[in-house]
Amino acid sequence: MSSDGVNKGRRRFLVATTSVVGGIGVGLAAVPFIKSWMPSAKAQAVGAPVEVDIGRLKQGQLLKVQWRGQTIGILRRTSEMISELQKTVEVLADPESVEADQPEYVTGDPRALRPEYLVVNMHCTHLGCVPQMVPEVGSQPFDDNWNGGFYCPCHKSKFDLSGRVYKGVPAPTNLRIPPYSFLDDRTLMIGVSPQGAV
Amino acid sequence: MAKFADNMAKRAGAFMNWVDERLPVTEFWDAHLAKYYAPKNFNFWYYMGSLALLVLVMQIFSGLYLAMHYKPSATEAFASVEYIMRDVDWGWMIRYMHSTGSSFFFVLIYLHMFRSLLYGSHRKPRELLWLFGMVLYLLLMAEAFTGYVLPWGQMSYWGAQVIINLFGAIPEVGETLTQWIRGDYFLSDATLNRFFAFHVVAFPLGLIGFVVLHLAALHKTGSNNPDGIEIKKNKGADGIPLDGIPFHPYYTVKDIFGVALFLILFAAVLFIWPEVGGLFLEHDNFVPADPLVTPEHIKPVWYFTPFYAILKAVPDKLMGVITMGASVVILVFIPWLDRSPVNSIRYKSVWDKVLLGFFAVAFVRLGMLGMAEGTPAQVWEMRLWTTVYFMYFVMLYFMSPRSKTKPVPDRVTH
Repeated sequence: MSSDGVNKGRRRFLVATTSVVGGIGVGLAAVPFIKSWMPSAKAQAVGAPVEVDIGRLKQGQLLKVQWRGQTIGILRRTSEMISELQKTVEVLADPESVEADQPEYVTGDPRALRPEYLVVNMHCTHLGCVPQMVPEVGSQPFDDNWNGGFYCPCHKSKFDLSGRVYKGVPAPTNLRIPPYSFLDDRTLMIGVSPQGAV
Repeated sequence: MAKFADNMAKRAGAFMNWVDERLPVTEFWDAHLAKYYAPKNFNFWYYMGSLALLVLVMQIFSGLYLAMHYKPSATEAFASVEYIMRDVDWGWMIRYMHSTGSSFFFVLIYLHMFRSLLYGSHRKPRELLWLFGMVLYLLLMAEAFTGYVLPWGQMSYWGAQVIINLFGAIPEVGETLTQWIRGDYFLSDATLNRFFAFHVVAFPLGLIGFVVLHLAALHKTGSNNPDGIEIKKNKGADGIPLDGIPFHPYYTVKDIFGVALFLILFAAVLFIWPEVGGLFLEHDNFVPADPLVTPEHIKPVWYFTPFYAILKAVPDKLMGVITMGASVVILVFIPWLDRSPVNSIRYKSVWDKVLLGFFAVAFVRLGMLGMAEGTPAQVWEMRLWTTVYFMYFVMLYFMSPRSKTKPVPDRVTH
């Protein structure tokens, strides 16, 4: 085939426009496939609040429930545990919970509506493991001066009994506190804030 | 009788002619086997590539059979694996073949990669060969990770939890990205189902495709050898490299010998010690996945532990993830970091050998530490070896063009 009389400008124009139009087409066609990976309508629907009976929870006992697929811990703290919270402040990264993901109505060292009950999202803010509760005060294999708290087996993050993160561990922030409220003295509603609160 | 044999040979020849006119079978056989000349001084290290290919075939084959019985659903997966182990005829063997194969795959690949570092097989003109190899390594890691999730045991669940949440460390988009990967707000059935799809379709196809590219690039440049000399520089009058021998029959026979030894070792592990004390199949993974309880001692399978130790060594979430990512990605740049005038370790200075030795020790030691409990002392040791690991690349770049080398012979040695 001779290339005499070929209009090179037109050929370049056709190649370029075909590439652009084809490229846009491929890009648009990719959208449904990328979107299909997002949580489905069914997964989104399973987010209802969870009612928990805490009437039989003993002092120092931890109850784990699931809410939106997350493990939520409910710890009934003893008065010693609550008084211990102030002592750990020095070793904590964010004792005031400034950076923490928690509702506004949860304040102070106890990080709870009622100091006795800690309601906390148990997933470590590092990579999502569930830390173990190690309430005993004293020397532990992972800490010589342990004041009681949560210890993550995955990457050695440490939290106090209010879920506040220690300094120098991989977890960047305090454990998250989900929205919750008390329906009455023995019933907890996880996923719903108290009336009037944000 | 002789006449009959002659006749048959003639017919076979005619048949091959018929085929060759329609499909270049003989041409392909000659180009890649019978008249493909490889250096004559290959040693032990040159078994790894062909054995890795064998393991890939074994994995695809045993995986096909496992997929016939396995159910990729969060409620059924664990029970279906136990069903394979207990009720399916020979199911235990097929599953152990697959699990043993995955660990052996990594053993072979790590040795194969170390061979490159020893003899400079990644260097000019074989950079693309190395890059295709790196893509294969990344695909293999993705394949191993998705496969490890499928039994839906405790280690499957929490290992996946940790690995997927690594992406959550990326500022701004992290949270959405992890939801996109999981297909849910937590690790669930949706995640398991898509991992299964990737494990049995996407990644194996990718592996096969890049193996083809890896071999095509290898056969373009020809193999390196323990002396790091280009055998194509010394050709005889017939155009054949003087130090080359045809791959078939010489290296096919050598490789079959390697295959036999390898299969004896493989069978010993498969039939006698398939869990390897929790190293190949971890104890906690014989417990069904429980989203409420993280196992006390969580760690990845041994072949990921060097990188896991690097992650644990850094006391910051984002920096830890970046450092771990960098420790894998930096391997891609080795062909350009290594600026030595010679290829093979044989002709490098003692300091180059010490450097490579430190790197190998760091990698192994990090792997051991990644499996350990993680006491404060161990975390400090992880930091030490992580530093050594990265220093290798810095030293390689600055030391390799300056260190003393020995004269390289013209022809390969014995």
